[in-house]
Amino acid sequence: MEKHEQTKALVMIFPISKGDFQSAGEASSEIKNKLLQLGFPGNLIRRVAIATYEAEMNLVIHSDGGKIRAEINPDAIFIEVTDEGPGIPNLHMAMQEGFSTASEEVREMGFGAGMGLPNMRSCASKFEIVSVVGKGTTIKMVIS
Amino acid sequence: MNSYFHSVTIQKELCKGCTNCIKHCPTEAIRVREGEAKIINERCIDCGECIRICPQHAKLAITDDLEQLSKYKFPIALPAPSLYAQFDSSYTVNQILTGLLELGFYRVYEVAYGAEFVSRAINYHLKNHFFPKPAISSACPAVLRLIQVKFPELINNLIPIKSPMETTALIVREIMKKEGYSPEQVGIFFISPCAAKVTAVKNSLVSAASLIDGVISISSIYGDLLSKLKVIKDTDTPNLRKATGAGLGWAITGGESRLLKGIRRLNVDGITNVNKVFEEVVMGKLKDVDFIEGLACTGGCVGGPLTVENPFMAKERIHCMLNEERGEIPELPDRPNYKDLMWEKEIKSLGVLRLDDDIVMAMQKMEIMEILHKNLPGLDCGSCGAPTCRALAEDIVRGQADEVDCIFKLREKVTYLAEKMVEISSKMPPSLGKKEKE
Repeated sequence: MEKHEQTKALVMIFPISKGDFQSAGEASSEIKNKLLQLGFPGNLIRRVAIATYEAEMNLVIHSDGGKIRAEINPDAIFIEVTDEGPGIPNLHMAMQEGFSTASEEVREMGFGAGMGLPNMRSCASKFEIVSVVGKGTTIKMVIS
Repeated sequence: MNSYFHSVTIQKELCKGCTNCIKHCPTEAIRVREGEAKIINERCIDCGECIRICPQHAKLAITDDLEQLSKYKFPIALPAPSLYAQFDSSYTVNQILTGLLELGFYRVYEVAYGAEFVSRAINYHLKNHFFPKPAISSACPAVLRLIQVKFPELINNLIPIKSPMETTALIVREIMKKEGYSPEQVGIFFISPCAAKVTAVKNSLVSAASLIDGVISISSIYGDLLSKLKVIKDTDTPNLRKATGAGLGWAITGGESRLLKGIRRLNVDGITNVNKVFEEVVMGKLKDVDFIEGLACTGGCVGGPLTVENPFMAKERIHCMLNEERGEIPELPDRPNYKDLMWEKEIKSLGVLRLDDDIVMAMQKMEIMEILHKNLPGLDCGSCGAPTCRALAEDIVRGQADEVDCIFKLREKVTYLAEKMVEISSKMPPSLGKKEKE
């Protein structure tokens, strides 16, 4: 096989359904295994795995459904998480550790500790979040 | 990498080329080629799953035998505590230890005793060192290899302390040296329930060189030992026991973790379960767990592939013994201490699952692999000799398999060729096929 001048990024898209606790973790697991096969360092794999898992859980718990797009480049992993609502009314609060709007039911399952977004931010080299109430939330992360 | 030694091997004359083993291997380390199972050595973690599943009993763990004892003037037995669980409860531990002497060993030292020093060192480590959570037990050699092969990102979570087997060997070497025995005349043999221990001795991940000279499987000495036991009377034998229930408990799942106080512990056994739990650790899912005891075999070491008794009965026997003994680390001599038991080297990730050493090349291969995978039937039937369609796609990009190894792909091609032949056969050369005039 010959090397191409410009490397094409590997793109994976995972649709995530609201309330689907059963399959939560599958997307992050698949991304993690791909990165291992590609030979990325352990530390980076772990950060990507944590960030995508938190994103998956956020979509399952809070959103009306959405998707995770992972773009693997040799020097960086781009992750884009988008949903179709309901949007985060107080973004500043949501970024605080321990703040959560998860329901009692979800907390009883051991989730909703209010670490999701802060965890994602700490794993990412670059982190951007835009949320519009009634429309949805988009998170963009670069992990390198 | 080609010279990587490990214990589990295939007896060619027995292997039928069925695909049972390839489906049960947690690291997808087996392929069927030319009608025989072949192990990809660097991927094998010696968990013994294939030994258990093989209907032909074609999988074998390479171990030493009692004949090796004659190489040393003073052969010493280091029995794993799981040995005790192989025999009816009417036989005492002391009878079993005496039985080993009868088999030709000069002395016997319990690995359960070394385990107590290890427990003390682990407690010290967890109290005095910063460690990434959850800390992962390094007791099971198959789990160590699982992490090296499949979860390199968890290497730093491992507790860097030597195994009870190596610790006991260290203690024995010290004792023999003090008593004036010349080291080369002393041969230390581990009596093992486990194939991965053989590999850990011959190819240590964490020591410069193992202090063990040979590994003998429990199953290979079981018959001889049992016949000795029948004639040994417990009342006639001096006490050879040094370990308490603390060390003994290491034979079963949870035996190590119950000695760690004040932390949240999670016990997992069975290599598939350990694999699943590690996946969750990587995702950051198990935030409130401080320590994971992961053991490859069901029930713990008593479920090892080189044992005789079924793991549930064996576990029950250890439980019965523990009921009589306390679960606290006893008073022990100062040495070997925490420092003496630290790993001598760090575990290195070997990247054995990598598609290519170069990330860009690996990405190109993965892209092709994805396309190949999509075109395969997705039945994971194993007829191609790879465990899944994905694994076949991977083997193809690695240049180790061909698309028509898939019987469905082969059939597609044959159908295409057959259709082409029919099509061609209906064509007439211009010089033939003259229409008859009416």
